[in-house]
Amino acid sequence: MSAAREENHVIYCLDMVKAYGANVVLDDIDFKVSRGEFVTVVGPSGCGKSTMLRLILGQERHTSGTMLIDGREIYHPDVTRGIVFQRYSLFPHLTAMENVMIGKLFTATCLELLGSMETSRDEAMYYLKKVGLEDDAKKKPHQLSGGQQQRVAIAQALIMKPEILMMDEPYGALDPYTREDLQMFILEVWEETGMTIFFVTHDLEEAVFLGSRVVAFSQYYSDGRHGLKHGARIVSDYDLGRSIKSTEVKKSPAFSDLIHRIRHESFEPKFCQSVKAFNQTHPDSFMTLTEEQGAVAAEVVESI
Amino acid sequence: MRFFDNKNVNQQMPQKEAQMQMLKWIWSVGVNVLSRIWNTVKTFFSLHYCPSRVAKVLLAIVPFVLLLGTYIHFSNKRHEENPRDKILPTISQMYEQVKIYVVETDKRTDKNLFVDDTLASLKRLLIGVSIASVLSLIWGLSMGIYPWVRSTWMPFVTFVSIIPPLAILPIIFIGLGVEELGKISLIVLGITFLMTRDLKIAVENIPREQIVKALTLGASSWAIVYRIIFPQVMPRFIEMIRVYLSPAWLFLIAAEAIASKNGLAYRIFLSRRYLNMSLIIPIVFWITSIGFLMNFILKKILDWKYRWYVDIKNG
Repeated sequence: MSAAREENHVIYCLDMVKAYGANVVLDDIDFKVSRGEFVTVVGPSGCGKSTMLRLILGQERHTSGTMLIDGREIYHPDVTRGIVFQRYSLFPHLTAMENVMIGKLFTATCLELLGSMETSRDEAMYYLKKVGLEDDAKKKPHQLSGGQQQRVAIAQALIMKPEILMMDEPYGALDPYTREDLQMFILEVWEETGMTIFFVTHDLEEAVFLGSRVVAFSQYYSDGRHGLKHGARIVSDYDLGRSIKSTEVKKSPAFSDLIHRIRHESFEPKFCQSVKAFNQTHPDSFMTLTEEQGAVAAEVVESI
Repeated sequence: MRFFDNKNVNQQMPQKEAQMQMLKWIWSVGVNVLSRIWNTVKTFFSLHYCPSRVAKVLLAIVPFVLLLGTYIHFSNKRHEENPRDKILPTISQMYEQVKIYVVETDKRTDKNLFVDDTLASLKRLLIGVSIASVLSLIWGLSMGIYPWVRSTWMPFVTFVSIIPPLAILPIIFIGLGVEELGKISLIVLGITFLMTRDLKIAVENIPREQIVKALTLGASSWAIVYRIIFPQVMPRFIEMIRVYLSPAWLFLIAAEAIASKNGLAYRIFLSRRYLNMSLIIPIVFWITSIGFLMNFILKKILDWKYRWYVDIKNG
């Protein structure tokens, strides 16, 4: 792989394993993401999609293999990767305005702090306007609705202009209308900023609607290692194109077909595909198997 | 046949019929009223009962009235047998003693004993609680934040906080003397470890997400402590002081009872020697009032400075 292509990948994992003691959560992950991609990640409960997010965030370290963010190893969360959680993203003791502004205060040097309070405030106001909450600047998070809270949390992350915006089931607690509203909102943000978004969700419809690339993790597959508990892998990886879709697309048959396919491939415990048969149509997707795995997998495929 | 019968009855006994109807009516009203009362009583004792504002106040008064009534009853009974009874003094007896204590200056020391005692006790209590607060705040926060502090000190704090402070009272008095230092130390030792432990738990209860979020916004370790953790722990800390004021009073009273020259508890235990219940009861009431006031002030501070915390807690 040439260095030039490598540079273009914000996330690059090769043979990455994450295990807690003997419990392997992520098994031999090969994964790379191009700049500006909207990656949505789905998978059954406990398949390690949130673990994957924490690894990219730097909250945890992988056990073995390679993982590079922007071409470098990472050890802690930092400003290059913003995060929006489902809950607890906002600081409860600060107003909406202060919540958005606080990143600027954190990163300002002492000298800057003296002079740049006003500029920071203006910038925070700009982002609050962008998320449509300029009138609620003085409210504390508990006075805002769930949807408004998530908007502030997004603004809070955006002000730091992160390389990757990570979102961990951000709309999981919202009602369907607010959810769709915020889906359109994040698409607008994505189109405008062109940033890479890594969006974990358990809602398949949301994943297929939002993502320019849908990645499904699953622990339900076979690689010939019978009786061994194995961690999750990426079982399917679809390229959905980077054009923005309208909500009308949710009603189309192709849309629901894809949802059913992913549900079948990733969520059905009884459906164990061979590692060789994974549906990885995205140009960035790749998979390296050890010789042993490959050989066993080939046998499995033949026997089928 | 029926037709005939009815006709007969109607013609013969119109008056009886009216009486019967009257009785039926009274019966149904009675049953209705009784069943309503029964339902009200049933609801009152069930867990579905929602007391109105007035009912809440009335119910809250009941135990106080019971206590006061019982006291006055037995006090009167004893005074019928012996008008000079000291064990359960009457209100007027207490008034006499309180007047001497509060208004008159003591001839021997030339001081107003009431003011002197109150200030002495308050000084010890507030200094003790302040020192304990500062120590536990620094210690508890560091334990909640830094793993090495937690690993070093947590087992020790857990162990020491189990030692009953009154058991080491003699050691404190022998080691630090029976003067102010000894008394304040007892309060400090009595509550610091417990407060430290609670503060560490309060820090740990801040969701991990908050710290991660702050890191992604470029916060340094120090900024996380004083911009994220400290402001969020503060309201819990104030609540903690409210709780630990009670044990602080306990240790103050113990210290003053054993060795002191002044203080409210000293006065109580001095009065005990003369069976002077007329002064003991009012001082207990005074101490309770001070405690109540402190509790009230802390609650107001919480309401005023940490509205967000109170709102979230109340849902």
